[in-house]
Amino acid sequence: MSLSTDDVRHVARLARLALTDDEVEALGGQLSNILAYAEKVGEVAAEDVPPTSHPYPLRNVYRTDEARASLPPEDAISTAPQAEDGRFHVPRIVGEEA
Amino acid sequence: MVLEQATHYEAVIGLEVHVELNTNTKMFCSCAIDFGGEPNTRTCPVCLGQPGSLPVVNGKAVEAAIRLGLALGCDITPVSQFHRKNYFYPDMPKNYQISQYDVPICLGGALTVTTGEGDHRVGITRVHMEEDTGKSLHVGTSGRIHGAEYSLVDYNRAGIPLLEIVSEPDIRTAAQAQAYLAELRAIVLALGISDARLEEGSMRCDANVSLRPVGHTVFGTRAEVKNMNSIRSLGRAIEYEIARQTDLLTHGHRVVQETRHWDEDAGRTSTLRTKETTEDYRYFPDPDLVPVAPDAGWIEKLRAALPELPAAKRRRLVDDVGVGREQAATLVAIGLDGVLEDAVGAGAAAGEAANWLTNEVVAWGNEQDLEPSAAPLTGARLAELLALVSDGTLSKKLARQVLTGVLAGEGSPREVTKARGLEQISDSDAIAAAVDAAIVADPAAAQKVRDGNDKAIGALVGAVMRETRGQANPGLVNQLLRERLLSS
Repeated sequence: MSLSTDDVRHVARLARLALTDDEVEALGGQLSNILAYAEKVGEVAAEDVPPTSHPYPLRNVYRTDEARASLPPEDAISTAPQAEDGRFHVPRIVGEEA
Repeated sequence: MVLEQATHYEAVIGLEVHVELNTNTKMFCSCAIDFGGEPNTRTCPVCLGQPGSLPVVNGKAVEAAIRLGLALGCDITPVSQFHRKNYFYPDMPKNYQISQYDVPICLGGALTVTTGEGDHRVGITRVHMEEDTGKSLHVGTSGRIHGAEYSLVDYNRAGIPLLEIVSEPDIRTAAQAQAYLAELRAIVLALGISDARLEEGSMRCDANVSLRPVGHTVFGTRAEVKNMNSIRSLGRAIEYEIARQTDLLTHGHRVVQETRHWDEDAGRTSTLRTKETTEDYRYFPDPDLVPVAPDAGWIEKLRAALPELPAAKRRRLVDDVGVGREQAATLVAIGLDGVLEDAVGAGAAAGEAANWLTNEVVAWGNEQDLEPSAAPLTGARLAELLALVSDGTLSKKLARQVLTGVLAGEGSPREVTKARGLEQISDSDAIAAAVDAAIVADPAAAQKVRDGNDKAIGALVGAVMRETRGQANPGLVNQLLRERLLSS
């Protein structure tokens, strides 16, 4: 599968990457190659191989509902580039919301 | 899509309801769940999305999801899994929210809701598990996201387990939407999986509203309306949105697919943002979380242990206990059905007991700004109060005063009656003096009664009741007045 430059720009926008035209060109080729790898799987996976998202045959891994100590708040925000009143300071939010 | 202009439209409404679970810990980590407190005091590397941290599912949250699914008549999916919903928004520090996508834990149930127009079935598309987001404080002149200079984020709420309940677009009116939300809330409360407070955000409801010409089957373009903080505001927001879209369509305009914000004070919705398409979230299976595959034995055990659900409770109150339909609905909705059953068990008449609960106790709740179910009233005490009325110790009016005393923690109805000196006076000798005094004090009224104006007796009865501080037996007062004025 070959990606159009529009596809590449769309993906770049979703990932908040500003790309030059040259980068769109170069990365478009690379992304297409990666997709081609993934398509190989489709060639070898027969009907009897269900899609799987996990390599291990594990299911139902649950925690008991018991609280444990959380991080001290000063540690929690220690990795934040900016903090204020114990909260994470983030730049102005524009546009999107979940 | 453009619909041809029509004169009559019907609304097509679907609701998405989020319920915050009341587990002890978050969905994927062992941080405690609590309200209030200092910001970022209940976080850890997992819910902060630190590299290398790994989420592990809270088994209790899975149990809650299965129980709600069973209560809604859903099929429990044999193998479901978690997906990452990718988006850039600082309320999730990971830049994705863990949610469920194509294989949610519960599929295909239904709720029957009752409105003034009768019963209406609303399909449940799915119930899925996800995690709550953090809380943002927008700093700037407006206090809202628009115009903010920057935002401050508290992740105490990030990672709290949420169940999202998605309805089919089966709802046609605001009243049905309100009834649906109320019934869903009642079920959640009966299951005890959340405190489900709309005002405080532990239950949230978004409405997808579109219009189509009556008789058509194709859906119109929908708007998603958010920020309704009560069942009442859900109704208002939907009414507003139906009127807005009707106005657009009848004037030949289109409805734009977008998310709209309900402003409770202004009583209107406004554009929040135009809708992203689903594929922009780039859902993919979360490789850190293994599938959820509840075994049949567990599911059946949970099914067998389900509490009596509101619909069954209402039916039983009507059929077996003898309460009227509307009162049964009110009692279950306000959580006083248990008190009623206890009162009936202690000998109270069902109708009477239901009246007292749905009138007096509800009024008490309004006055105190508390849920009626917070009333410190047992069924036994309500039955005792009603017995005091039926044996003539208390008039209804005095009984109301006694109830006030009981609800204020002054003791049992008998104790309050005694302590407040409220026994009804049914001894004619004790009332006679007040009756005579009333006739002397208002000769004009007395003469009118003698002349056959029966209504005039009311003024004299009132005077006697005032004189006896409301304690005279009104029937006896009436009788004594008539004896004196009419029998000569």
